[in-house]
Amino acid sequence: MAASMAPGGACAAGQCAGRCAKALKDGTFTENPVCVQILGICSALAVTTRLANALVMGAALIFTTGMSNLLISLLRNATPRRIRMIAEVAIIATFVIMFDQFLKAFYPAMSKQLGPYVGLIITNCIVMGRAEAYAMQNPPLPSIVDGLANGMGYAAVLAVIGVVRELLGTGKLLGFTVLPPTVYTPNQAMVLAPGAFVVLGCALAVYAVLKAPARQEAKA
Amino acid sequence: MNDTSAFVILIAAIFTNNILLSNFLGMCSFLVCSRQLATALGLGAAVTFVMTCTTIINYAAYHHVLVPLKVHDHLYFIVFIAVIAAFVQLVEMIIERFSPALYHALGIFLPLITVNCAILGAALFMIIRKYSFAQSVGYGIGSGIGWSLAILLMAGLRQKLGYSNVPKPFEGVAIIMAITGVMAAAFMGFAGMVSIQ
Repeated sequence: MAASMAPGGACAAGQCAGRCAKALKDGTFTENPVCVQILGICSALAVTTRLANALVMGAALIFTTGMSNLLISLLRNATPRRIRMIAEVAIIATFVIMFDQFLKAFYPAMSKQLGPYVGLIITNCIVMGRAEAYAMQNPPLPSIVDGLANGMGYAAVLAVIGVVRELLGTGKLLGFTVLPPTVYTPNQAMVLAPGAFVVLGCALAVYAVLKAPARQEAKA
Repeated sequence: MNDTSAFVILIAAIFTNNILLSNFLGMCSFLVCSRQLATALGLGAAVTFVMTCTTIINYAAYHHVLVPLKVHDHLYFIVFIAVIAAFVQLVEMIIERFSPALYHALGIFLPLITVNCAILGAALFMIIRKYSFAQSVGYGIGSGIGWSLAILLMAGLRQKLGYSNVPKPFEGVAIIMAITGVMAAAFMGFAGMVSIQ
């Protein structure tokens, strides 16, 4: 939805740089996958009980979207249209498995905490959405930038929600006490499910307020 | 392996550990398809059916194919998603062939289900929590019913929401999120009843 279709896939240097810059801005802010397109909500809610989990999940998504966009874009002319969905899923699953194995091997505690949500990146609509909407029609370089940018947009929202929930829920950040119990009584509800929904709802509202002036400028 | 009875798991999956309200799975279609009660009901029925069947197939695939071949640790993601996609496709073809009426009622929801993360999520939870066969079946049915319950409640609420005055920044998805939060809080009232980890 962001950039125009690439004719044949040839990419002049200037045009390519412009397209990359647009992909970066769209992915991280103007078309933020979580706030505007409302994609990838499940994991955005589930893993944000602590900031550390949110950051790892963000990294996982940056890696998966970037790499799968690159590979899908490289293969886009060799993929028959009829089986493109299966091909996309297989490619995405490969990178998700790589990340999952990496976590299991080097950070087993984190892998246990994230539980099934790493595997669920396969059905995370952001990855599939970018593959379908961008990587299938664009050359490899803008595609990888688009993938990374969307991953970063997702990671940024997760980090914000993670900070709010961990701070208000436990008074800590990344495990260090920021608000001691004498000053602030941790609100358990923030760590539990209802807190996740309410915080994300508020985050979407704040984003709408932040984006409102930009939209008016575009209209004028 | 824990020895909670399958029936307890079924009840817990509907109320205390609702797959949507406590595990946040299946949010995408929950947000998109909860505008009307009829749509929500159709999708809920389709999800319950597919979730029950794929949990059973995935259980068999994991314990009788992947584990004996010793590839269960790194291949189960890709096998599960393939099973779900293939099953949905198959059901779509069968329904279209034998019951056009049902196909028109349910058919449009089926492709949506492949990317519904609740289906894959239920299969992954089944593996992580080391459920037995009976427990997996209970969990699959319970999760499906629980998800349908959540989307039906939301569809009812959204019809009322049409008459209310929502603050401007909260218009759209933000207010739905906040309402879901209140719903999740209400469901936490069931927490003392039964619990599964």
